[in-house]
Parts: sequence; C-alpha cells; structure tokens
Amino acid sequence: MKKKYNWPVTILLILGLVTILFPLYITVVIAFKQPSEMGNTLSSILSLPKSWSFSNFAQAMKVTDFWHTLLNSILITGVTVILSVLLHSMAGYAIGRMKKRHKWFNRAYFYIVSGMFVPFAILMMPLVKETADLHIANIVGVIICYLVFFMPINVMLYSGYLTNIPEALEEAAKVDGGSTWSTYWTIIFPIMKPMHATVAILTALSTWNDVMTPLVIMSGSGANTLPLAQLTFQTQFGTNYNLAFASYLLALLPMLIFYIFAQKQILNGVVNGAVK
Amino acid sequence: MKKKNKLDFDRTYVWMTIPLVVLFFLFNTFPLIKGFMYSFTNFRGYGTYQSVGLRNYMDLFTDARVGHSYLFTFGVAICVTVLVNVISLILAMGLNSKIKFKSGLRALYFVPNILGALVVGYIFNYFFTYILPAFEKMVFGSGSSILASEKWAWVAIVVVCVWQSVAMQTIIYISGLQTVPEDIYEAGAIDGSTGWTRFKTLTLPLILPFVTINLVLTMKNALMVFDQIMALTKGGPAQSTESISYLIYNNGMSGGQFGFQSANAVLFFIVIVLISVFQLKFMGKKEEQL
Repeated sequence: MKKKYNWPVTILLILGLVTILFPLYITVVIAFKQPSEMGNTLSSILSLPKSWSFSNFAQAMKVTDFWHTLLNSILITGVTVILSVLLHSMAGYAIGRMKKRHKWFNRAYFYIVSGMFVPFAILMMPLVKETADLHIANIVGVIICYLVFFMPINVMLYSGYLTNIPEALEEAAKVDGGSTWSTYWTIIFPIMKPMHATVAILTALSTWNDVMTPLVIMSGSGANTLPLAQLTFQTQFGTNYNLAFASYLLALLPMLIFYIFAQKQILNGVVNGAVK
Repeated sequence: MKKKNKLDFDRTYVWMTIPLVVLFFLFNTFPLIKGFMYSFTNFRGYGTYQSVGLRNYMDLFTDARVGHSYLFTFGVAICVTVLVNVISLILAMGLNSKIKFKSGLRALYFVPNILGALVVGYIFNYFFTYILPAFEKMVFGSGSSILASEKWAWVAIVVVCVWQSVAMQTIIYISGLQTVPEDIYEAGAIDGSTGWTRFKTLTLPLILPFVTINLVLTMKNALMVFDQIMALTKGGPAQSTESISYLIYNNGMSGGQFGFQSANAVLFFIVIVLISVFQLKFMGKKEEQL
C-alpha cells in the first residue's frame, strides 16, 4: 500500500473550488447586508456585512410566504417520491420479469421508455388545457405530471436492476403458497432497496428544483413552490437585491442542508442511476 | 393443485402494469396527440379556432424569430456540450487520481447540481450585471453588463449552463474511470505510453460508453434550456437569447400563438428524436469498432 498523494493536482482542485464557492459567497454576503451598504465598487459589493442581521430574511419570508411555499415544495416532492417508488417499482418489476416472455410487456416497456424523447415543450400547452378541464390545475396535477415524466427513466432503472435478482427467490416463495402480489411486497420490494434509494434521490432532485411544470400548471391556483416563489418575487420586488438574495438563500438552504446529511447516498444514488 | 400451463401467466403482472400504462397514455401520449392536432389550427389558447392545414408549418420556416431561436439553441447546446465534456473529463481525472481530501472534494464539486437552475441563474444575473462590470471598471476603466449586449448575452447563458452541468457529468466520468483496471496502465507504461498518448490510446477508448452517455445527456439538457434564460435574460436583449423552449412557452402561453407554437413544438420533438437516434447510432458504431 503506497500512500503518496498527488499534491499538485490536489492544490489545483482546491483552487478550482473558487468557481463553486464564489457564487455561494456572494449570495450569503449580499443576503446579510443592508441596501445602504451596497456600493458600485467591487470591494463594497464583496466585503463582509458590517453587522449580521436577519432582517432581510424575516422580510423575504413574509413576502414569499415562505413556510407555506416550503410546505408545498415538501408536499409535492414527498408525494412524488413515495408514489414513484411504490408505483414505478411495481411496473418496473412486472415489465422486467415478463418482457422476455410476453410480447405485450415488451411493447409496454418500449412504449414507456420512448417517452424519454418527448420534450416538455410539446406537452406543456395541451397539459395546461387537460389539467384545467379535469380540475386538477393544482398540486395534484403537478404530482401526476411528475409521475408520468419520471416513469420512463424509473421503469428502466427498476427493470434493469431486476436482472441482478435471481428468479429462484420468487419461485421459492410461490412454492410456499405466496401469491405474486404478496411475494412482490415481502421479497422483491425489500431487495430492491438500493434502487429505491437511487430512484428516490434522482426523482427528488429533479422535482424539488423544477420550475416549468408548476409554472404552467399551477399558475393561477395561488400555490407556489420554492423556485416558483423566486420567479414571482423577482418580477415584483426585483430591485431590492438584499431582500432578493435572502430569499434565494432561503430557497437554496433546504437542499444544501439535505445534501450535507445525505451526501454519500446522493452521490452513490446518482452514480447508480447514471451508469445503469 | 392447479396445473400450470407454460403459456399461462399470473394476471397480477398485468394489473401491476396497466394503471401506469394508462396514466402514461393520459398525461403523455394523449397530450402529445393533442399538441399535434393543435399544430394544424389557428388556436390562440382561448376562444374559437379553425383548421389551417399546413400553414403553421410553412410559416415556421419563414419566421425569422423561430429561425433565430433554433440557431441560438443549437449554438448554445454545442458550446455547452463541448465545454462541459472537456471540463468534466479533466475534473474527473483529477478527482480520480491519488489526491488528498478525495471524498470532500468530490462532494463539493457536486454542489452546483443540487441547486435549482432558476435561483442559480438569478445569482449569476447579479454577477454579470454588477460584479463583472465593476471588476472591468477597476481593471480597464470602463465596463458594462454582457447581459445587456445582443452580441454577448449568450455567453452568460453558456457559462451558467456549464457551471451547473459539469457537476453531474464529472460524477459519471469518475465512475467510468473507475472501471478502467490499473494493470492496463501498468502494461501501457511498459510499452512507453504516458501522458497524452496514454489518455488517447488507453483511457479514452475504455471509457467511450461513458462519453456517449454524457454527450447525449448534456446535448439533450442543453437543447431544452429554459430556467437559465428565464433567470438571466428573459429572451432579451432584442430577442437575441430566445431558446426554442422559451419561445414556445412565451408566445404559446401568453402571446396568443398556441397553434403556431404547437407546430414549433412538434418540429422540436422531431429534431430531438433525430439527434438522439443519430448520436446513439454514431457513437454505438464507434464503440463497436474497438
């Protein structure tokens, strides 16, 4: 075992972090300053605030109705993730097991996976009409749309993962008298845990940060998600940058905190999903 | 005891699949067909409308604004794809070598990917509007925002897109590099391949499947660029940074061009499918040759 570090590369990589940390630094610094502290020169923009006050945050939270908006974001992401894991895994299992045996499942597989090529731009306008006609131009409609948008990738991930799980496991359970349904939930669903984590992470990341779907479907319903609140905030209060940045920081924080705690799982999940 | 026929199979599998296929049809295929139908009408998004045959499609090819949005989108997508893949491959090689703080550095370089594109766009908007000009002023004596320049605003869009997508692509390249066994390098070293030749003859061919995935992913994402434009320029100045998605959204939803932009969306869909198929075919062939 040799333990010689490549120091020049390490140092270059640490210096490169400036590109990641600088935008975050600006966000924090401006969010804590008062408008009177902001000048036109570089040093006045980039210097640390004279006193660290949370008044911008308090005001930004009021303007964007922060707690309510946060709750919407959590609700949409949470329900989408739970339903994706339950429903997509089920379909992924059935399709994955049967697609070699029955034409019908093979067709269903290609039908769903081909959905990956459909850009949101073409669905956008008809979906607005459809959700309005069905009276689900609200959180419910947004969740249904996400369930459909993430179906291709998730079904593909689940049915791909199944090839690692020997069929003998289910057959043994069936010999013991279990139905396909109960065998699935007691044997297969728990075994697919690593894939559940991957699907949950990928789905959560895209749902939490998405702007376009809630923008076109919920606009007018009065419900906002965190990113969407920044959009309306910008058009109404765009000139007070300190307030705006406090609001941006508030929008970024939940994800940053989540990342700090689940960093390993997130990186593993992303790798798992991308390489499959 | 029931006797099992080989062709017979448990209906449970069907019931596990059907609800999702139905849902998929209702919220993906059905709107797709609907959008296709709207593309032959003069629907404005409200009120009555009539069929106009192929007129929308003819107009697409003569509409300067549409033409410009395609040029702009493709220009941005190509720049982003090239830059992202070069930068993330270099970064991945660095993060995969024997460095200190390996897991910490990897975690930090991934941060841009977990942040929402819209908010990141707003932060960069401020950077381009105030900080960069202030910096220019200090160094050159004068400075102005590139976001206000018809000629250079696209650069800002590219920068923000690259900043965000490098994170994800780097992680994919790292997992690609980890599949290359160490002894291949040792064998290569005996043959005298180091540095650039080692990269060209050993590393690159071995991670080619990952290059394919990354090229397809970055290209597809960059073609759909929307949030960044919304946050940085809103299509301006003088419509110089309108991407296809932004144009469809803006003019289709509030500009009374529902039918016309539906035709644009159909064209966009066809273009995306053609590009994806071409990329997969072309890259697939290259992989086979090795």
